[in-house]
Amino acid sequence: MKDVGVVSYGAYVPHFRIVPEEIGKVWGVDGKAMGKGLMISSKSVPAPDEDTITIAVEAARNMMRRCAVDPKDIGALYVGSESHPYAVKPSGTIVAEAIEAAPDLTVADFEFACKAGTAAIQACMGLVGGGLVKYAVAIGADTSQGAPGDALEYSASAGGAAFLIGAQDVIATMDNTYSYTTDTPDFWRREGQRYPRHGGRFTGEPAYFRHVMSGGKGLLERTGMSPEDYTYAVFHQPNGKFPTRVAKQLGFSPEQTKAGLLVPQIGNTYSGAVPLGLAAVLDEAEPGDRIFAVAYGSGAGSDAFDITVTDEMATFRRDASPTMNELMASPKYIDYATYAKFKGKIAKERD
Amino acid sequence: MATAPRYWRENPSRYNMVGFKCNNCGKYYFPPRIICPLCHRKSVGKTEPVKLKGTGAIFSFTEVHEGMDEHYVQKPYIVAMVELEEGAKVTGQVIDCDACDLSIGTKVRATLRKLSEEGSAGVIHYGYKFVPVRENGERPGDE
Ligand SMILES: [Zn+2]
Repeated sequence: MKDVGVVSYGAYVPHFRIVPEEIGKVWGVDGKAMGKGLMISSKSVPAPDEDTITIAVEAARNMMRRCAVDPKDIGALYVGSESHPYAVKPSGTIVAEAIEAAPDLTVADFEFACKAGTAAIQACMGLVGGGLVKYAVAIGADTSQGAPGDALEYSASAGGAAFLIGAQDVIATMDNTYSYTTDTPDFWRREGQRYPRHGGRFTGEPAYFRHVMSGGKGLLERTGMSPEDYTYAVFHQPNGKFPTRVAKQLGFSPEQTKAGLLVPQIGNTYSGAVPLGLAAVLDEAEPGDRIFAVAYGSGAGSDAFDITVTDEMATFRRDASPTMNELMASPKYIDYATYAKFKGKIAKERD
Repeated sequence: MATAPRYWRENPSRYNMVGFKCNNCGKYYFPPRIICPLCHRKSVGKTEPVKLKGTGAIFSFTEVHEGMDEHYVQKPYIVAMVELEEGAKVTGQVIDCDACDLSIGTKVRATLRKLSEEGSAGVIHYGYKFVPVRENGERPGDE
């Protein structure tokens, strides 16, 4: 196996936001208190002409702008999402065409709730490490939906990030990865159903916490590393509470998790969550920094990563694309009626 | 269904702003053509497809209040003629902004968005639209 790592990365978050007070107002709920409990002060909302494909394309183009890699050298492209616009026709076909990587590559869509993007990263690590392809692209992107009035409506948002995985000129090496998977019915969506269902009490302790803890501990045990060896830590962030608590339980400090905790500003971007958190960390990381990351996907499983920033980062063209801070700056806030229209929750009668 | 093949053939230019350059007069055009509208026969064999950068400035724009029904969710929406850096002029929707944010000369860059869908079961068409490049550097576009 060759050593593999991140050659470039790019992120994207839609321009629009809604605040929890605005959602609570409609459903007779104290939205402010709800937002406080979830540690979410606003969530991103995709424009009506945005979907997982357009978000993935924007993230992938931001990734390509930061490097000099010829898109024709990309041998694999995987898009992880739970909101692929087509049930049959891979999102990746359009993304590959839009970054001019087609047609000499393999493409597939990945699904594993919120960790589909990190599952794609692992597949890319394998293909590059095994020498099957020179470069591979892994994207995690979602435009997640919460049913109107459901608790998820306060958090479910949109965004995505793309990673170019390769073996040369890497800005960060992917030193180790470990996954932990069980059959846990905490959250699901049946084929043809518009909104997901969640197993109420199943969602916390036996799902998120058990899997993120096991994934995190499993990686630390296998690498012989300890939390204080890391500069940064990123955890799946369905709200602000869960990652904060799990970080503490694993032994990470708020200083380590701060840079990668985006949920207070943009909500839960599902498959985009850990990829965007990693992008935010890479925006400020310096050579030698170590990054610990654990993604979580309902159903359920976790993917943990041990990453080291290399000297290449010093000359990396970060400013060729917007950073997470730039992407999150000066959003446009919308009211619930506009939000409902944008998300197709209300539609005009048409013939 | 009927329009899917026509859209499909135009996807490279629609996704990646592939235009064309006439090597007789040196001008760029979008969308691609067979011959140069200036040089006519003199351009035969002297044209090549070229990927345009997708960055430019608003040449003219209008806010559409009674437009295509498929854009009803975005009404009123903005359509602009954009003068690309290479000199070609392209018409497209300008998004993620209000008309009051724009003026002649506002810098924009191309992005990929949904253009239309053939009903809830049909093909989704994607293509370029333009977003303003924030002058304060908050959303820089292509170099
Ligand atoms: Zn000419």
